[in-house]
Amino acid sequence: MKAVCFYFQVHQPFRLRTYRFFDIGKNHDYFDEYANRFIMQQVAEKCYLPANKVLLNLIKTFGEDFKVSFSISGTAMEQFGKYAPKVLESFQALAKTGSVEFLAETYAHSLASLHGRDEFSRQVERHVGKVRELFGQKPETFRNTELIYSNDIGNMVSDMGYRTMITEGAKHILGWKSPNLLYCSATSPKLKLLLKNFQMSDDIAFRFSERRWSEWPLTAEKFAGWIQGLAPKDEVVNLFLDYETFGEHQWAETGIFDFLKAFPALMIKRTPIRFKTPSELAGELQPAASLNVPYPISWADEERDLTAWLGNEMQDEAFRKIFDLEPMLMAINDPEMISEWRRLQTSDHFYYMCTKWFSDGTVHRYFNPYESPYDAFINYMNVVSDFGIRVDQKYAGMPADRLKRVRKKASTTPKKKSA
Amino acid sequence: MKVLMFGWEFPPHISGGLGTASYGLTKALLKAGVEIIFVVPKAYGDESPGSVRLVNASDVAVDITDEVYKAHWNKISFMEVDSSLLPYSTEDEYFRIVEQLEAGASRETVSLSSQKYAFSGGYGKNLMEEVRRYALVGAAIARQHDFDLIHSHDWLAYMAGVEAKKVSGKPLVVHMHATEFDRSGENVNQSVYEIERGGMEAADKVIAVSNLTRNIVINRYGIDPAKVITVHNGVEPSDSNRSIDTQKHVKEKIVTFLGRITFQKGPEYFVEAAKKVLKQDPNVRFVMAGSGDLLPKMIRRVAELGISTRFHFTGFLKGDDVDKMFGMSDVYVMPSVSEPFGISPLEAMRSNVPVIISKQSGVSEVLKHAIKVDFWDIDAMADAIHALLKYESLPKTFKEFGKEEVDNIKWDQAGLKVRDVYEKLNC
Repeated sequence: MKAVCFYFQVHQPFRLRTYRFFDIGKNHDYFDEYANRFIMQQVAEKCYLPANKVLLNLIKTFGEDFKVSFSISGTAMEQFGKYAPKVLESFQALAKTGSVEFLAETYAHSLASLHGRDEFSRQVERHVGKVRELFGQKPETFRNTELIYSNDIGNMVSDMGYRTMITEGAKHILGWKSPNLLYCSATSPKLKLLLKNFQMSDDIAFRFSERRWSEWPLTAEKFAGWIQGLAPKDEVVNLFLDYETFGEHQWAETGIFDFLKAFPALMIKRTPIRFKTPSELAGELQPAASLNVPYPISWADEERDLTAWLGNEMQDEAFRKIFDLEPMLMAINDPEMISEWRRLQTSDHFYYMCTKWFSDGTVHRYFNPYESPYDAFINYMNVVSDFGIRVDQKYAGMPADRLKRVRKKASTTPKKKSA
Repeated sequence: MKVLMFGWEFPPHISGGLGTASYGLTKALLKAGVEIIFVVPKAYGDESPGSVRLVNASDVAVDITDEVYKAHWNKISFMEVDSSLLPYSTEDEYFRIVEQLEAGASRETVSLSSQKYAFSGGYGKNLMEEVRRYALVGAAIARQHDFDLIHSHDWLAYMAGVEAKKVSGKPLVVHMHATEFDRSGENVNQSVYEIERGGMEAADKVIAVSNLTRNIVINRYGIDPAKVITVHNGVEPSDSNRSIDTQKHVKEKIVTFLGRITFQKGPEYFVEAAKKVLKQDPNVRFVMAGSGDLLPKMIRRVAELGISTRFHFTGFLKGDDVDKMFGMSDVYVMPSVSEPFGISPLEAMRSNVPVIISKQSGVSEVLKHAIKVDFWDIDAMADAIHALLKYESLPKTFKEFGKEEVDNIKWDQAGLKVRDVYEKLNC
């Protein structure tokens, strides 16, 4: 065992307000300013600020030996700016240490990779631009929304120039293989893959405060011991977590911050195992094998597939409706409208429409502001209906010669892949 | 285990949910190996009073087509209590009867000791007397039969159960299908309320058909929560052999309210929601099927809102007409102000009609694949109607999951739960 890789996902969606069908055609204000501000400020106090402080101290104490990586969605970065500038500053302070790697993802935490190449790459570009602007770093590792990965997605990411990507260590893909090794894509072998050790990641993210769990309480000593006890061939334990685990999903009272402080200190003091970033590891390690992933995997639920966001009739209709607008929006090329459109692509909206949580337990319910997937769908579709009308109107009002050019251009671009 | 069960109606002589529920539960209990003596008061005219007749199952007009249950029916004993009691058939009639009582219709004193009085005094002049007479029958039957436990359905049969308990010393279970608050809002009939409360206090266990009802029982009647258990109703499996002409003769989509047009059912919220939907999209038709004391008011309100060409009243529907109505409907709305359980959304779902139900209904506790709104939230109701008509995948999703969900709300589960209650009382 050589290393532990911490990657934290930071994401906040722009939540929708209650938008009735009476509003369609009249009211174009879709987002719940109050809720978004409130939640951002609350999570900032409970999680982002205290957790960043812990990490900054660890970096100051252990220097080169302690590194972490973050992927921060564009919608989260925007909301830091709007509602919690202190959080932004604290992330910038972390960036300055040089011990933090920022990953690239889609700007709006979108499912665009399942729709096609164009919007997917535009959003990644936009995200990278924002990361450079705020943190002065050009991302070298890619993280797709919800760790969704497939051969097709790997190909697109590789074509965009990335050499490293992280995804889920899904059992049905790995089989007997260990998640604690470096892999590469079967179809784009230059793209190296780091896989989440979901067992150990979820020990922290989901089970940390679970008193019925036989391993409760999870101490830093115990966890460090598990890592030391792994097979000698294993090279890296990838602990990929929602950052909100610290202080938000697991409250401070559970001791989660103490764990975050104590675990790295223990590893560094007592073992030769060090904390490294994905890019570092991709440079140091040799791929153990290639991974063939014909159907998309993700980090969600038991199935590790897409069914939390797509697959039921409602999710599919909503997905279709929002991406149907793409050609017109690109023709109109209005930055404001494109920004709104992207906020509507955020995976959370589709997650709320999942009918699985009727059987699949508490995680979905915890993150869902709607009482039922039906309510979520109705509200979303009302918004998309209004947005669609505005796109139609604007498109109809465009001068004929510009339209002609756009149509010509559209007909020459290759057909999109279906999800 | 043998149970002496007091009901008020039983198929085919049913007027509403109570009969259907008693029937479903009884079947399930038989299946679960419980023996039942089911007692119903029945009015078939002028038979000589005072006799309790034990009727063989084959003589009782119970419509059992299902082979599976035929064997079970041989185990059930039916008793008809001869009296003038016609099960109330509509809410209106219920109120009329109760009002009679309030108006001081002649009331004879009935006491347990006056055995000879019990069935000799001609026909009862009001509902309360019938309830009391029924109680005497309860006592008499309890003396004549051997059983382990008593179970009474709704207040009409509570006194019978209580008397039977007094005589036999066996445990009593009372079953709350609807409370006086559900029937009458805040204008409760004090006598009915007293009977309900007395029955529940005397009972060893109270079964409520929903948590909503359980809460009313605890909060409004002051019954010890430890004594009150919720057992949700089931629904009869659908009869797939029946084919109903469900041809629609209008091109617009149809949104339906079907039920008694009374305060309890919240018809005015449906009318107001209709207005909101029609304002945005006039190509929808609304149907209010049923009758009740608020019908004239609803007709006036629809006219006042100027939506009469898009809002239709059918009057009272029964039998195949109900199925036809469901067959024509694209959305079914149940905006009940207070609904102990509410079986009609399940019937709509069985006909593949998506449903919007009020959160103030017991059935909303068991249904997942329904849109739930507060009865007073006409904006949410209108929004849900609009979405079901407009966003194709929504009704599709309901059809995919709804029928399956309804088919899984079985009486068998309720039967097992009730048997469980029995067993705990008997050991």
